Amino acid sequence: MRIIDTKEIEEKIYNMALHAGVNLTPSCKKALQEAEISENNAAAKFALKTLNQNAEIAKEMQMPVCQDTGMSVVILEIGQNVFLQGKPLKTAVNDAVKRAYADGYFRKSVCDPITRVNTTDNTPPVIHTEIVEGDNVKITYLPKGFGSENMSRLYMLKPAQGVNGIIDAIVETVKIAGSRPCPPVYVGVGIGGSFDTCAFLAKKALTRDVGTFNEREDIAEIEKLALKRINDLNVGCQGFHGNTTAIGVSCEWAYTHIAGLPVAINIQCHCVRCEKEII
Amino acid sequence: MKKITLPLSKEQIKDLHAGDSVLLSGTIYTARDCAHKRLVEVINKSQPLPFEIKNAFIYYAGPCPAKPNFASGSCGPTTSARMDSFAPILLDLGLGGMIGKGEMSEDVTLALKRNCAVYFSAIGGAGALYGNAIKSSVCVAFEDLLSEAVYKLEVENFPLIVATDCYGKSVY
Repeated sequence: MRIIDTKEIEEKIYNMALHAGVNLTPSCKKALQEAEISENNAAAKFALKTLNQNAEIAKEMQMPVCQDTGMSVVILEIGQNVFLQGKPLKTAVNDAVKRAYADGYFRKSVCDPITRVNTTDNTPPVIHTEIVEGDNVKITYLPKGFGSENMSRLYMLKPAQGVNGIIDAIVETVKIAGSRPCPPVYVGVGIGGSFDTCAFLAKKALTRDVGTFNEREDIAEIEKLALKRINDLNVGCQGFHGNTTAIGVSCEWAYTHIAGLPVAINIQCHCVRCEKEII
Repeated sequence: MKKITLPLSKEQIKDLHAGDSVLLSGTIYTARDCAHKRLVEVINKSQPLPFEIKNAFIYYAGPCPAKPNFASGSCGPTTSARMDSFAPILLDLGLGGMIGKGEMSEDVTLALKRNCAVYFSAIGGAGALYGNAIKSSVCVAFEDLLSEAVYKLEVENFPLIVATDCYGKSVY
């Protein structure tokens, strides 16, 4: 058994949140730089150039790369041989987020869904915990903006719709979203599971590096075909047309019921911010 | 690239065409979801608006707090479509135009045409770049709304694209 104080988890998440607010992931940065070179549409190229300048300014000035510093999503994969001591885990994660959003001068964007009253410290975050093998705690931190979250969709397809149905659902979601989610988007897709797990898989898919593919060949093929069709939509960067509508499609899968084929599409804008640490 | 300074005359607005890239300087006001709801409530009660609406430009944005010695925090545009129902009301009262991101409704296009106004798209996600181009920021209304309050901003060289021009032509 390994004893880990939740204070250690809090400190890790605090630093991850501060870093994530200001920095794009290296794989996202690379994808945007490549897109600026390959894009031919003048307005879209101008927008991509502005985005690449913005990433540099954010880093230099230590300013949030986007003012929507998001709702914090924290995924904790906790080894079954770990004993957590100290303050309650949920309190530790909340405190990490609260401190990072104050110290980083990040926007506080969390509110009551009915009264719309802001909680003023960006808590509570969304916390997913999973018990896994081993004696480590793996932390994934993803601040999620809502311009793109709003454009996400869940389909309960018929099994007969198969792979083509899955790809159609992905492409349709990006098409309907148009310019609103800040394209070029990163598309997270959950395939299978149940109504709830499917949506979580889509979120989890967004934590994978841009430019990587699922290790299952048939699923990697779905990612490639969907990306090709999305970039043929001519939505383009910021909706200004051109061939840069998405920088990637990332799918995660789970077993499902014989009667169903759930497909969830979680849209991420071009500001992919994601940190991973292991304690 | 064309450099423009607010306020814009109707002649200057007529000279802007969808797809043009511009660098905009001058005074603009932030307002997003909650602030718009309140502005319309003020209008419905026939009370005075917190700023002169005639020829003003509204920036659909909710900035991050400013660090010490900074005029503004990160401040990129938010999705304009959420303000679709409010924009025509303000345009009919003389609003010069809006800055946001993404498509707006047909009603907004008609209001832009009717009032010879213009809708600019800022580049969504470029919050640090826009925040850095803000030279001063003063809260002028609804302070309790925090980042959603109305801020009067002085901006220098905001990179924008003309999204919908006064002829109703759109870049989207």
